[in-house]
Amino acid sequence: MAGAVGRSVRRKEDHRLLTGRGKYAADFRLPGTLHAAVLRSPHAHARWGAIRTKAALALPGVVGVVTAEDLGAIGRIPVRLGQRPSATAIACLQPPLAREKVRYVGEPMAVVLAESRYLAEDALDLLEVDYDPLPPVADARRAVERGSPVLHEAIDGNIVDTLHTHRGDARAALATARHRVSESFAVQRHTGVPLETRGLTAAYDSGSGVLRLWGVAKVPHFNRRVLADLLGHPEHLIHFIELEVGGGFGVRGEFYPEDLVVPWAARRFGRPVQWIEDRREHLMATNHSRQQYHDIEIGFDADGRIVALLDRFMVDMGAYIRTHGVTVPELTAALLPGPYRIPNYSSEIRCVLTNKTPSGTYRGPGRFECTFVRERLMDIAAQKLGLDPLELRRRNFVAPSEMPYEVGSGSLNQKTVYDCGDYRSALDQALEAVGYEAARAEQAEARRGGRYIGIGVGCLVEKAGLGPWEYARVEVDGTGHVVVYSGIAAVGQGIETTLAQVTADELNVSPEAITVVHGDSAQVPFGVGGFASRGAAVALPAAMEAARKVRAKIVRVAATLLEAAAEDLVLEGGAVHVRGLPDKRVSFRELARAAVPGPPGMEPGLYAAHFFEAPKMTYPYGTHVAVVEVDPDTGCVRLLKYAIAYDIGRAVNPMIVDGQLVGALAQGIGGALFEELVYDAQGQPLTTTFMDYLIPTAMEMPAATEVRILEETPTPLNPLGVKGVGEGGSSGCGGAIANAVADALAPLGVSITALPLSPDRLLTLIRAQTATRPRVGLLDRS
Amino acid sequence: MIERAIRVTINGLAYERTVEARKTLADFLRDDLELTGTHLGCEHGVCGACTIALDGAAVRSCLLFAAQVHGREIQTVEGLAEGDRLNPLQEAFREHHGLQCGFCTPGLLMTLTCFLRECPDPSDAQIREAIAGNLCRCTGYRNIVAAARAAAATARR
Repeated sequence: MAGAVGRSVRRKEDHRLLTGRGKYAADFRLPGTLHAAVLRSPHAHARWGAIRTKAALALPGVVGVVTAEDLGAIGRIPVRLGQRPSATAIACLQPPLAREKVRYVGEPMAVVLAESRYLAEDALDLLEVDYDPLPPVADARRAVERGSPVLHEAIDGNIVDTLHTHRGDARAALATARHRVSESFAVQRHTGVPLETRGLTAAYDSGSGVLRLWGVAKVPHFNRRVLADLLGHPEHLIHFIELEVGGGFGVRGEFYPEDLVVPWAARRFGRPVQWIEDRREHLMATNHSRQQYHDIEIGFDADGRIVALLDRFMVDMGAYIRTHGVTVPELTAALLPGPYRIPNYSSEIRCVLTNKTPSGTYRGPGRFECTFVRERLMDIAAQKLGLDPLELRRRNFVAPSEMPYEVGSGSLNQKTVYDCGDYRSALDQALEAVGYEAARAEQAEARRGGRYIGIGVGCLVEKAGLGPWEYARVEVDGTGHVVVYSGIAAVGQGIETTLAQVTADELNVSPEAITVVHGDSAQVPFGVGGFASRGAAVALPAAMEAARKVRAKIVRVAATLLEAAAEDLVLEGGAVHVRGLPDKRVSFRELARAAVPGPPGMEPGLYAAHFFEAPKMTYPYGTHVAVVEVDPDTGCVRLLKYAIAYDIGRAVNPMIVDGQLVGALAQGIGGALFEELVYDAQGQPLTTTFMDYLIPTAMEMPAATEVRILEETPTPLNPLGVKGVGEGGSSGCGGAIANAVADALAPLGVSITALPLSPDRLLTLIRAQTATRPRVGLLDRS
Repeated sequence: MIERAIRVTINGLAYERTVEARKTLADFLRDDLELTGTHLGCEHGVCGACTIALDGAAVRSCLLFAAQVHGREIQTVEGLAEGDRLNPLQEAFREHHGLQCGFCTPGLLMTLTCFLRECPDPSDAQIREAIAGNLCRCTGYRNIVAAARAAAATARR
């Protein structure tokens, strides 16, 4: 049988999802369920008194209202990821329900429980609160000014943390650099926006004391522990069950306020409680991401080699520190150097609080932002140095011979050390895929005709395979079926299929015959979860190693039953036979039964667990190339062609890898061109529907997309050689598309330093240029 | 509470129910009939996840009241496969990796089911336009277009 790894095996998940049989959070039903609706602050910043609940409680079908007072001494939601939080960060953690003061529009203040969601929402309208509005600050650049409104009295001002990275002496090196280029860049607030909003059902069994939650995601085991700590409920009496997950992208599955209140209410009221977020809530309650302001300077020697990079930037954290702590700022600085050799590098970060929705990670956190900043800067620098932007990049790439390469930065409690890579090759492959020379010729032709076509490149280094470990258990059940239990979580990425592929090859069975179990804390005792492109690089090796252990047990039991030497045994089709003697065979079913207690000295049972430890991350890399046409009269950007070349070491399932890259590309295009969570000066969110927050449709995707999956540099960090593919399709988009738009508009001298490049913004930039300059090119249009 | 008695045929089965006048069709399908394959992504008519076929036309079930479908015929995603056998469009989605998390998929299947009936030999541009009212956050749409193209070709054979 040909191996399953490396083949585009069709997905195990698809049948149930295509027939409407998958059960997502809102599809889960229990008899007697109470439905929750959340009272959210309409003010960005206000003090408030008691909530008057009498009218709401008088409404037939309303069962209760939960406020912070009811929760008593329950603590704030802790940081999950990254460095140990500072005292100031801890002071700014979010409580499950607001007390006395609200700090962003959408902040949960109370939860109504009723016999239906309709009634619960009716009751929300009857809750009365007296607010005493405070002056808000919605702009991080204002929030750091003296005299700005302060969000958290417990800290001095609105800067919750400052972070520094230093390698060499960037300031001294800049002072003596032959060429210096400085620029300011801004990335807008936007976020993951999965099509399924968040949702949760909780039920408490007062007899056994078991609290069950359905609809959990991403990091169920970690969140179970957080819930146990917050509720003071024994961890082993909490049971988390995942269900289908309608997209994650970093935002779903973090521990949010509702994740405490819903199970608390189920325990308090003795009935199941279901809460399903609506889209308006989602856009003001679920983590935002990405908003940063950079002031950056780069220095080159006479040959165009980078001698120093100095970046001072500000990250808009929103109103509280949530579960990611300061991970996103940290990751931005860690990967800002990208694929280039930079002997002197400094970053200085201010993490700033504003009266807006708190922030967290979104697919490619920090990398979408830093890749835009760095790649745009490289193009601007190339122009100033009079060099071809590709040539400037080639002169500065870290070479394969320099691997492993220490960048001089760090994130997630480890140094940034690139494990392997051939950055020049990825650039060349992407250029070939897009047809670079032909595109340049087409551009020149178009320019003569008064059309604005541009080509832009974005080279990037991603990170993937975050540890510290993942758990897997493989077993052959009493009917001979192979089951994989994994601590990973599904976010729609097809992890069941790839887990089955890897296990199938070790036991020489078909992946279709394997059952995959994940996201159920009763069946899978340990797990880290689904984030940071860690599934392929950490969860798959765990399953592979567990399967190898089971294989050894299978062989051992079979050798006893068949009275044959282990080396003469062949595993095939769910059975073992003696080489050359196909009739001398014993099935997995018989072996599983014989394995208890099994041969003397063997641990009984055909199962084995493995913890795969991954102390170091792996660093996939690649290049995006965008070919765009800008309409100078409307500001619309059309993507004519897009190419991604991305090295992931090894593709376990090329179909899934390709799907990840193209899907991430759509989100990256959204971030480059359309998506923005807009606030007014009073901190009111203006984008709380899909009519205001624009995510790309099929019409906005490139007319042609070329994906090259590279397997040139397998990582030495795991036995499969795989890196991870979840994020690289997004991270390069801001850089490549902004460079392409700038290239297209070069005849007009438009400066591109901020995202998104939405038609209104672009038109403003174009008009500002054409108003002060002769309408070069524009007049040629007929 | 105002209620209405309705009679409606869904996936070939006749239902008679009394519904609250303000209940949306989507909530009726999902909560009263437990047909939870129809998903809600925005509840304001933009994302298309809740698309169903109403007398053969693709409509958004979040923008209709259940009371409005009295006497009408509805098809939902649960009505596409024959038992466990995927229909050609579903099979094409699987073959071309036209879905990832699967949340938007029922809406896309219903949109395309109605579209391909009207336009059995579509160009890619026509397919893109047909699905422009269905948001997908996972796939980047390319494989959905490929699946629709393949399903159309199968149907013409």
